[in-house]
Amino acid sequence: MSDIKRLDLEYSQLESDRMRINVGPQHPSTHGVLRLEVEVDGEIVTEVVPHLGYLHRCFEKHCEKMTYLQVIPYIDRLDYISAMNNEWPYVMALEKLMDIKVTDKVEYIRVIMAELNRIANHQIAVATFGLDAGAFTPFLFFFRDREYIIWILEKMSGARLLYNYFRVGGLAADVYPGFKEDCLNIVKQVRKTNAEVMDLLIYNKIFIQRSANVGILTPEVAINFACSGPVLRGSGVKFDLRKDEPYSIYDRFDFDIPVGTGEVGVVGDCWNRNMVRVNEMEQSCRIIEQAIAQMPDEGDVKALVPKRIKPPKGEVYMRAENPKGELGFYIVSNGTDKPERIKARGASFVNLSVIPEISKGYMFADLILILGSIDIVLGEVDR
Amino acid sequence: MGLLDRLDDPYEGGGIILGKVEDLLNWGRSKSDWYLHFGLACCAIEFMAMNASHFDFMRFGTIPRTSPRQADFIMVTGTVTFKMADRIKILYEQMAEPKYVISVGSCSNCGGPYWEHGYHVLKGVDRIIPVDVYIPGCPPRPEAFEEGMMLLQKKISHQAIFNKRKRLESEV
Repeated sequence: MSDIKRLDLEYSQLESDRMRINVGPQHPSTHGVLRLEVEVDGEIVTEVVPHLGYLHRCFEKHCEKMTYLQVIPYIDRLDYISAMNNEWPYVMALEKLMDIKVTDKVEYIRVIMAELNRIANHQIAVATFGLDAGAFTPFLFFFRDREYIIWILEKMSGARLLYNYFRVGGLAADVYPGFKEDCLNIVKQVRKTNAEVMDLLIYNKIFIQRSANVGILTPEVAINFACSGPVLRGSGVKFDLRKDEPYSIYDRFDFDIPVGTGEVGVVGDCWNRNMVRVNEMEQSCRIIEQAIAQMPDEGDVKALVPKRIKPPKGEVYMRAENPKGELGFYIVSNGTDKPERIKARGASFVNLSVIPEISKGYMFADLILILGSIDIVLGEVDR
Repeated sequence: MGLLDRLDDPYEGGGIILGKVEDLLNWGRSKSDWYLHFGLACCAIEFMAMNASHFDFMRFGTIPRTSPRQADFIMVTGTVTFKMADRIKILYEQMAEPKYVISVGSCSNCGGPYWEHGYHVLKGVDRIIPVDVYIPGCPPRPEAFEEGMMLLQKKISHQAIFNKRKRLESEV
């Protein structure tokens, strides 16, 4: 015992040189092409500098050159994991500008599509977070289920990943026969897998030791950095645009907003952020069930879609709750069929800015875990 | 065309295989390709689905490697920007011969939707490294990944190793 104490004393007196190392841009754990310049003291992270721009795809330039309808595929490619949710605020903004009130059936289909895609997004997020922590089996479980969701979205829109499905004033296509049964089966399957993953991953002792008390984001810091989505709610702040500023028809559904509880670890650590995502899947299931029950069968989803989108002069901002956080579109219209400017407020970009703040003082291996718990997608960061 | 087709047994119980060494080597090379996964954008998500339960990319004998030194071919999945282009070139040059490239998705084939106005997007990864197989799609379906992989295996299994003249001809 005394030997160990003496060693500790000696170790604390040792001053090691700080070393700058490079993570990325091509690294399996950076969730895209993010490059981090990390300064480490031994194995402790002392400074993190993110470098962006490796996936800059000239979004705003394309918006200047394209018509309003042609912009939608580029919006899919911002946050390519949850493309349905991306299109929604854009078409809502244009509907607000052009003063179109979409029919009930369209709203219900939009809600179901968005919630299905939210589940798919959270499945990827939790699965890859498990991969970062060293758990491979949940990845296979989640991707098996995600494939069933993708099949529904594919039958609706024709594409597996980038849908181009929402239209201003409506949708590209109506539901297919047997859509409701498929959705209810999916809900059942998602719940079953989540129950399995709870035992397998979330309450696994190794996983808890790895992710609890790591990367603590206090509510004050989260609000100061304008974080949103599960990152903010993991810190215990109950803020969700679906509830606090209900857009579309979200005020008709009964659902809760899961927040980080500190059941394991501290509120705002990696485990709680992850837990929020798992709970949100359950809430999305509830919304889907209610929407299926309330959805009217009659109605033409393309009835209100204008042949030519030519909004009046003006500007509009519309925001919605993306799986990753708050996504907003600021559209300036000059009265022609092409936008003057479209600015996207991506949640990933804002959430990424908190990484240098919360990863200081942790082990280098934990940095990868913190990055995974933020759930960024580089298409939205670099745009 | 595999080796086992030639396993005729003219000498009873002899267990003699008649074939070319080249075929044996190519058979081994084409059925155990390790790849450097260069996930860049949307196609990488589809490639994750390809690797997961339903499609199981590893049944082609592929194993993902994170180091270019251990890889046989590189899979460029996604939009290649100018900032990324020199990284890809460096990684490709670090790979040991023989090496192959699969270009996945419209973006890395030709620039894709960013071809016309994308001031920061490379119009095709074949402008910096030689590409063996192009997989079209935005993003390609997992079935397209499978066909691309089979095309690469076909290409490898027809390559000449010892005959220098034939090899040079096949490379042109």
